[in-house]
Amino acid sequence: MVPRIMKQGRLAPWFYLLPALVLMTIFIVYPTIGTFRLSLLGATSTQSAATTCTAGQPCWGILENYRYALTNPDMLLALRNNALWLLLMVPGTIAGGLFFALLADRVRYENVAKAIIFMPTAISFIGAGIIWRFVYDVESGGGPQIGLLNAIIVGLGGKAVTWLSDPAINNFSLMVVGVWLWAGFCMTILSAAIKGVNTEILEASRVDGANEWQVFWEILFPSIQTTIVVVTTTMAIIILKIFDVVFVMTDGNFGTEVIANRMFTLIVTNAGQSTAIAVILIILTIPIMIFNIQRFRKEEAAR
Amino acid sequence: MKPLARFNRFFSRLPLHMAVILMCVLWIIPTLGLFVTSFRSRQAVSTTGWWETFLPQPQAVGKPEYTQYCTACHGATGKALPAADLSSPVKVNQFPSAASLLVMLRNPVNGAPHLLNTTPLPSAPKDSLASLTPIVTYLQTLSGQGQNTTRLTLSNYVDAIVGYKGIQDYLSDCKNNVASTKAVFNCNISDVTNPAGMGDALINTLIVTIPTTLLVIVIAALAAYAFAWLDFKGRQWLFALLIGLQIVPLQMSLVPIAQMYVKLHMQSTFLGIWLFHTGFGLPYAIYLIRNFIGSLPREMFESAYLDGANHWAAFRRLALPLSMPAIASLGIFQFIWVWNDFLVAKIFLSSHPVLTVQITNLIDPRGQNWHILTGAAFLSFLVPMIVFFAFQRSFVHGLLAGSVKG
Repeated sequence: MVPRIMKQGRLAPWFYLLPALVLMTIFIVYPTIGTFRLSLLGATSTQSAATTCTAGQPCWGILENYRYALTNPDMLLALRNNALWLLLMVPGTIAGGLFFALLADRVRYENVAKAIIFMPTAISFIGAGIIWRFVYDVESGGGPQIGLLNAIIVGLGGKAVTWLSDPAINNFSLMVVGVWLWAGFCMTILSAAIKGVNTEILEASRVDGANEWQVFWEILFPSIQTTIVVVTTTMAIIILKIFDVVFVMTDGNFGTEVIANRMFTLIVTNAGQSTAIAVILIILTIPIMIFNIQRFRKEEAAR
Repeated sequence: MKPLARFNRFFSRLPLHMAVILMCVLWIIPTLGLFVTSFRSRQAVSTTGWWETFLPQPQAVGKPEYTQYCTACHGATGKALPAADLSSPVKVNQFPSAASLLVMLRNPVNGAPHLLNTTPLPSAPKDSLASLTPIVTYLQTLSGQGQNTTRLTLSNYVDAIVGYKGIQDYLSDCKNNVASTKAVFNCNISDVTNPAGMGDALINTLIVTIPTTLLVIVIAALAAYAFAWLDFKGRQWLFALLIGLQIVPLQMSLVPIAQMYVKLHMQSTFLGIWLFHTGFGLPYAIYLIRNFIGSLPREMFESAYLDGANHWAAFRRLALPLSMPAIASLGIFQFIWVWNDFLVAKIFLSSHPVLTVQITNLIDPRGQNWHILTGAAFLSFLVPMIVFFAFQRSFVHGLLAGSVKG
């Protein structure tokens, strides 16, 4: 709360706020409204989207771009893949990060170990794509495998796997890259939360005969629950917007398309469809947005 | 602790150590692979895995012949007979060709013909030479004299910096006056800033990253002070909106802003990308600094005010210096974020490619130049890695401020 004693002019706050408000309005608020408008227009934003309907085909009138965004096979695939990413990668990064944070908490070289897991956070997605190409590479010509995974598989007498072009597994191959990139982020935040748990309570329950499993589920987990929720929402947002990994490794080919990559692909050729996809993206984030604001309100009230 | 107890403790914790170390190894191997690859020659990158760099004996020409005729006496590594150590360069240099080796073999050794107890060489000189040529090559490999495919090189880095896309490498092309290379490059130091190379992209990235980071810090600190210590109508409401803005996907702004930039002739200008990055960096930045400034003791501001300071003085002399930890973490966070950005730079700054965009420009659609990409990728990691390891604590602090403590 602002101290009463510190008087100020009525306009003063706005001088401090003005640069930030102007920039955020121009670059976030105004374009968001603009994107809604463009999503109702055609490919070159000159006429209504309704004019792009072809006779004899289903038509949603002015919402024609949304018909594309919600029914086109490419988009259905992208929506399915984004759901897959969310369902697998959010728990994957959080469970992986939590597991490692718990393990590293018990060894003396904790800081070194954590730095190694956290390091990919400082690497660009583009760089990560190149790093992982050398893991997933497949040599089909009969020469020696230069990709690490296939070299191991062939070395053990198996058959080389096309990690990135086999639709049955390539989405999972990309998610492994995602987990590699983001588990360190989750670990760092969760590790700080674990350190904040009162060790006396943990020790007391151990003395009372609780095993590590019970200590985790009955004491530690409830104590860090809030943090887990925060990390979950943050990861959900990141993954909803996932783009670079897919763009650089497969460019959405072989059934790995995601929403943001589809949007990027269409950005030059069809502004209407591209912005309609962007609108879908923001609608998907609205529940998380509301949740975050409510959480903030609660915290402010508790201050 | 008694030795035995310590030993027991170590053993009971062995699975824990193994799990931690295994995960670290798994995490580091992909990056290590790229790092090693970036120093390997073009041919090595496309024919063998990076781990072969560490293998003491590469699969070499002549190994089957050597095994057939020589292993029984000299051993697999050539060291079995100390008097005739085939891994010694001095020894191997005595027979530079198959013919000289044949002459030596025809001489009796210890009063008996060579190869007596093992597989005899074919008696016809032509056939025996055919078997001996690969053996000579193999002996040279054993002694470290031969064509070594595992030789490390910096040429990938040089090629990446200048943006070379030919079929050999930049330095040798320049030396041999290759016409196609001469047409594109000057073959002197000025090539470092060739617009297609990573050197030029590094400069562009710095021009994008540093002003953006400073802009975000200054503008966010001002707004954060207002949110923390000034009273105005709609403060709570505006701050809640700010939290909402934090997660608006960047994709929402791309098309309208791109169209606006075309109208204002700001497409592909540094000003355009500075402002865009700043606009999108602000919600989180304000949130982070406001949480920090807001937790400073209120009495401090009150007494400053009683001493005659106004808000501007309180901001400059108290809030700004005291919130340096938060500003530092924000700066590092913002710096790494903008440095690694690809999407925004690709769309708003395509004619001045930054590092991430330049890497994708270097990709050969036929996949013929992986070796250059390895050098390029590592060049792009260099600065964020240094920043990351030098300021790791601040970086982590910046992450936590936004999430653990609301």
